[in-house]
Amino acid sequence: MTGKRVLTAYAVLYLLFLYAPIVLLPLFAFNDGTVIAFPLRGFTLEWFEELTRTAALHQATLNSLVIASSTSVLATCLGMFAARAGARFRFPGKGGILGFIMLPLVLPEIIVAISLLVVLLQLGLSLSIWTVVAGHVLICTPFAVAILNGSFAGLDRSLEEAAVDLGETPLSTFRLVTLPLVTPGIVASLLICFTISLDEFIIAFFLSGNQPTLPVYLWSQLRFPGRLPIIFALGTILVCLSVGLLVAAEIFRRRGLRKAGLKDTGGFL
Amino acid sequence: MTRPIIELRNVHKYYGDYHALRGITADIGAGEFFSLLGPSGCGKTTLLRAIAGFEDISSGAILIDHREMEGVPPNKRPTNMVFQSYAIFPHLSVAQNVGFGLRRSPMSGEEKRKAVAEALEMVGLGGYGARAAHALSGGQRQRVALARALILKPKVLLLDEPLSALDKKMREQMQHELRRLQRQVGITFILVTHDQEEALIMSDRIAVMFEGSVAQLTDPQTLYRRPATRRVGEFIGMMNFLPAKLSGETSGGAMVEVAGLGTAELLSDQIPEGRAREGSIGVRPESLTILHEGQTAPREANAEVVERTYYGDMTYYDVRPEGVDGTVSVSMRNMPGRRVSEPGERVRLAWDPAAMVFFP
Repeated sequence: MTGKRVLTAYAVLYLLFLYAPIVLLPLFAFNDGTVIAFPLRGFTLEWFEELTRTAALHQATLNSLVIASSTSVLATCLGMFAARAGARFRFPGKGGILGFIMLPLVLPEIIVAISLLVVLLQLGLSLSIWTVVAGHVLICTPFAVAILNGSFAGLDRSLEEAAVDLGETPLSTFRLVTLPLVTPGIVASLLICFTISLDEFIIAFFLSGNQPTLPVYLWSQLRFPGRLPIIFALGTILVCLSVGLLVAAEIFRRRGLRKAGLKDTGGFL
Repeated sequence: MTRPIIELRNVHKYYGDYHALRGITADIGAGEFFSLLGPSGCGKTTLLRAIAGFEDISSGAILIDHREMEGVPPNKRPTNMVFQSYAIFPHLSVAQNVGFGLRRSPMSGEEKRKAVAEALEMVGLGGYGARAAHALSGGQRQRVALARALILKPKVLLLDEPLSALDKKMREQMQHELRRLQRQVGITFILVTHDQEEALIMSDRIAVMFEGSVAQLTDPQTLYRRPATRRVGEFIGMMNFLPAKLSGETSGGAMVEVAGLGTAELLSDQIPEGRAREGSIGVRPESLTILHEGQTAPREANAEVVERTYYGDMTYYDVRPEGVDGTVSVSMRNMPGRRVSEPGERVRLAWDPAAMVFFP
């Protein structure tokens, strides 16, 4: 019994350690005072209103949304190619190639960021939101592959053969059979890549030039203590958005498995 | 055989160094129920998939309705397939599955609905159209797969181990239903199976395959009674083998001396693999008879019962003929008034050379 109690206490402490800092975000976002300290001084929506009046913030948000959307579409497309190739075909060096695709998952982001910066400057390209997209696609593709692998590997090959056998071309087979069955995986991949790109800081910091993303803009505002509550307000919105997207992604993934009558074998949540 | 609908001409298939099909030549008649029977890895599924167009062949030719099929993709071939896993589209309803192949047909929507309903009726699933496909049982999936393939009225229906995923009772029921369905629609069925009993029950003709070659192609009765090789004899049903010597030639065949039984004449068609001085004869358990008191037979041999297994309708005996080391299996129908012999008992065994085949 004591063993169980100790474990429970450990679990609670563990979760506190993980999430207590995040709970501070909404707490001070609604606090009527510029100083980040207890005791709290009262409820206000002023910081959220301030957000709507900051033009640079709007530009950064727009940048982030463009980058996240482009990244999620590109990474998901690349992930589909890789996942399908991995599930369908045998070719020399397959293990190595797929491993290489997954490598950015474990590479330190700062290394990726610096390397990309060096390469881009050597190529004479100027930094913009598109260089950030390139970097984000690199780190998002492994996630897309991991999610889509499940969808494509779980797809019975004879389903596609049956469609061809019944008169469909390979292209219409993909549209009528393959796509509907992997759609939940695709949606999940889009949402997760979008979230990762939206939150990503290091690569965006190095590659965004004078077009900051939301996290980069946030970081730049840390120099002004008076603006700290605004950052907390923004952070609150971002956390809610991220959690919402992740939950939506997982719901789609599970619904897809059910629809195809498959067993749950992976996923992130 | 009727007019051939499928002609296989020296079909070879290599996977790298692996020789999966080794020169298959066969004609399959229109309206036939034809089975490809063999152990796993014998190339039967590869051959079926080659006919469907899912596998390219390395050399040789496949003709369907006298048309060379090289370069013709599966969606342009007059064949349809029932897959081993049934391949029911899980995101579509039963009716949408069955009507899938009609998407490109010039029929009106009303005609298509009628065709789907008829196809479902034919396989005994009338009224199931609106059901979700993933909610069906194994047997129902099987029927949907059949209806979906037959709705296009193919010249040939290909069935890849369609009954292997069903339980025994359902399998037996489907065997009869498939046979009935085939007679009803008159379409050529080609069935791939590893179950010899299933092939014997359902087929007009059977091609037995080992290691990418056809070992024997004939009707079920001939296959059972006159296996062309020892291996075919072992694969189809149960067969006893006894050491034997061919002695003198006769006008119709040769004299054979069977260890433990005696000497008799075999006809040429009982020596399918050619003559050799020494070899063995194969004989089915039901072709040997244990004689009871007072019964006589033209050819008798003495033997000892070693083991018996009682099945109710049948009794299987392991008996050792005099002068032989091993035992042979004898099956006897249990008739009223007929005693079951016990181990250790000495019995007389009746045998008939007409039920034997000699293998070198």
